[in-house]
Amino acid sequence: MTRYADMDQVAGDFYTNNFAKTAKESSLILNLGPQHPSTHGVLRVIVEMDGEYILRAEPVLGYLHRMHEKMAEVKTAAQFIPNMGRVDYGHALAWNWAFLGAVEKLAGIEVPERAEYVRTITCELNRIASHLLWWGAYLLDLGAFTPIMYAFDDREKVLDILQMPTGSRLTYSYYRIGGVALDLSEDCLRSIREFIPWMRSRLPMYKDLVSDNIILRKRIEGVGVIEPELCRRYGATGPVARGSGINYDVRRAEPYSVYPKVDFIVPTSELKDARGRYDVRMIEIEQSLRIIEQCVEQMPEGDILVKGAPKPSWKAPKGEAYFAVEGGRGKIGVYVASDGGKNIYRTKLRAPGYSNLSLFAEVSSGTILADAVAILGSLDLIIPEIDR
Amino acid sequence: MPAELIRILIGLVAVAVSVGLIGLVMVWVERKVAGHVQRRPGPYEVGPYGLLQPLADALKLVGKQLFMPDNADPILFWLAPVLSFLPVLLLFLPLPLGDGLFTLDVNLGLLLILAFSGLAVLSLLLGGWASNNKYGLLGAARAVAQSVAYEIPLLLSVLAVAFVSGSLDLATVVKEQGTWPWNWNIMTQPLAFLIYIVSALGETNRAPFDLPEAESELTAGFHTEYSGMGFGLFFLAEYANMVVVCSVATVLFLGGWHGPVLPGPVWFVLKVSLLMLLLVFFRWTYPRVRFDQLLNINWKWLMPLAVANLMLTAFFVKLAQYAVVKM
Amino acid sequence: MNAIKEAFKTVSDLWSLMVGLKVTGKYFLEPQRTVRYPWKAVANLDTFKGHLELVGGVKDIFTPRCISCGMCALACPSNCITVVKRKAPKPTPEEEKALAEAKAKGEKPKDKTPKDPERFLYDYSLCSLCGTCMENCPVGALRFSKNVYMAGYSRNDFQFDLVLKLRESEAHAPKAEPAAPAAETSEA
Repeated sequence: MTRYADMDQVAGDFYTNNFAKTAKESSLILNLGPQHPSTHGVLRVIVEMDGEYILRAEPVLGYLHRMHEKMAEVKTAAQFIPNMGRVDYGHALAWNWAFLGAVEKLAGIEVPERAEYVRTITCELNRIASHLLWWGAYLLDLGAFTPIMYAFDDREKVLDILQMPTGSRLTYSYYRIGGVALDLSEDCLRSIREFIPWMRSRLPMYKDLVSDNIILRKRIEGVGVIEPELCRRYGATGPVARGSGINYDVRRAEPYSVYPKVDFIVPTSELKDARGRYDVRMIEIEQSLRIIEQCVEQMPEGDILVKGAPKPSWKAPKGEAYFAVEGGRGKIGVYVASDGGKNIYRTKLRAPGYSNLSLFAEVSSGTILADAVAILGSLDLIIPEIDR
Repeated sequence: MPAELIRILIGLVAVAVSVGLIGLVMVWVERKVAGHVQRRPGPYEVGPYGLLQPLADALKLVGKQLFMPDNADPILFWLAPVLSFLPVLLLFLPLPLGDGLFTLDVNLGLLLILAFSGLAVLSLLLGGWASNNKYGLLGAARAVAQSVAYEIPLLLSVLAVAFVSGSLDLATVVKEQGTWPWNWNIMTQPLAFLIYIVSALGETNRAPFDLPEAESELTAGFHTEYSGMGFGLFFLAEYANMVVVCSVATVLFLGGWHGPVLPGPVWFVLKVSLLMLLLVFFRWTYPRVRFDQLLNINWKWLMPLAVANLMLTAFFVKLAQYAVVKM
Repeated sequence: MNAIKEAFKTVSDLWSLMVGLKVTGKYFLEPQRTVRYPWKAVANLDTFKGHLELVGGVKDIFTPRCISCGMCALACPSNCITVVKRKAPKPTPEEEKALAEAKAKGEKPKDKTPKDPERFLYDYSLCSLCGTCMENCPVGALRFSKNVYMAGYSRNDFQFDLVLKLRESEAHAPKAEPAAPAAETSEA
């Protein structure tokens, strides 16, 4: 047993050793990740445990850092679009939109109305896909294996629809400066119209199988209570903030595109716990369906790309702009500053997951391990987005 | 008694073979049910309806390198999977499959099963402890706390049936029950049956009580470091334990081999299979409970209910005896 | 009193477990939603964006429409396209004479070089399938193929000469439209 006793002294990397400095005696330091079933990617969380109880937790980031912001400096605006589909694979189109919104704002380009509707429809479809992905994976975290299959069954339908105009199923680069790449075909619109009632008919099943289940309710009710004050302090947005009772949705707070013209509610929950965040997301699926339904009806005929849309060699005018959209995980903000050169001088991506994850260390201390997993899942983390 | 010895020998071989077979079949059933519940076919490529898939998997497991982590305790590490599997063989001995169809004739069969099933937790503890892995350790700790806790209501619910039958001999318990469902013990002891099933889930670490190997929390719990057949034995023992638990439930509550028309053993296997199917369905429907909730369910609900049930049973049994004597 | 009420509520909540079993039981009996892949394939492949391919010309569909302008290579975010232009053919003595005459007259010589590229190198392992090259092509000489079954053993398997690929598709020409890629995967 003592064969490698000398190795034990140097075990652990910088993070572990730094974390262990302030550890209590007789506590257990456990690495959750970078490879762990419940971190959904390469997130690493170091936890100090006393039996099943977590005394401290510290997320370690950077295992999936891909230098998107640096890449923006060496590519022209139009060339950077494919990158945005790969920041957050859950809700790729929202990132597309955030970047292009910022560039369009900078250049003062007006997007044709039909393109705005196409963007809204596809973005909301993508949001449904994102929430379904979260729902299935979260239930997997909580130990139920079947829901993810049902969720993916429905998600497939969304992906089939999104594949028609975009051609891809996960990492979309569909929006263009001043519009979108391809119009929604009649075929596609018909599938969307068919999808809306189908998805609505599935939601009661979700409720029966999972939402009402007593085991699930006991697992997520009262777990990971996040006070609104804490949310504000860490800059949490999206369903995490709304689950804590903060009525903040970029689509309503800083309306963009056609969202002022459609009727939908911003769901909030006063429960502040994992259940609140769960409920908010489930209602958001319904609301997204409502938005799509209205958009499909209101959609006018017309161009989908502005006349003289910028080419890849297009130079952004000097100046700076910031644009934010509501993604599946919260407020996605893109700041661009251009010096009038070939490439945009600086692009800053604000990922909602990063702020939301910061809450974890604060909320998880004092809970038991299973609760920590439930909290981590309820934050809906997509690791590539956090590391960018 | 050479005759008795031969009987035990034949029985042991039969049990060992059938446990292996049951393990393979149960893996197939589990995967097939999971597949169909999740609206996919499950295994279908190897053999007809994928029937040979578990065999292929077993061969793969046998062929894999047996790997032991650094700083693990080699003796305990390899002892654990063997130890998890051995008592299971013993558990099958007193089970009566039909009238007179059992290996070992002991009049304390129930006690034997309960005693040996307590051994299973030791192997989980050893496996988790010896593998020098923090997840394994946490899993082992959970396994011990859970098994020790759930053994008590299990015992109490079984005792209630023993009170009614007045015997700890499994064959006698079955003989006391009749052919038709309303003659079975489940009619007189429904609460005990419920408690038994819930505690059995806890005893066998089946979902939703599969906390020692909770995948999303402890990666694989006590068997995190096991590969190849080491893992295979744990796996097999889990299914064998399931069979034992369901067989005991059949004997105690569902009238054992009794049933109309068909011969006894067929009824027995049928009832066991139905119970197993129920357990499989549980696993693919429910989320996992939390560890403190698991213990709360036991100490706050199952224990008091089982005790109350036992006391009521004792009271009524005594009352009935008194009435019989009076008449 | 409250405790009793809570206890009753807990017991009644247990019914939700039965509801869950009902749902899984129902789906257990319903038909499967998956496609048994090697034997059958999904039907939504016609909207799929596969690797790039060159579009054939109007007259000869196996000669690319491409004019070797290099806009695609310029537009590509990942630098995965290299267009190799044809070298001007060596002029025959008569042509050389005509050329000299034209030069003397002050006329600009007419470029006789064929416009289609000699080679169109495309690295699929770098491509992010954004479609920028297609949108910037002045003659519409590029499109996405519908080939979803692209697989290989090494990175080199994904470095194509699209001109060659287009010519190779001639061999499979009598077959239905997206012939070339389907040929190697249609063993089912």
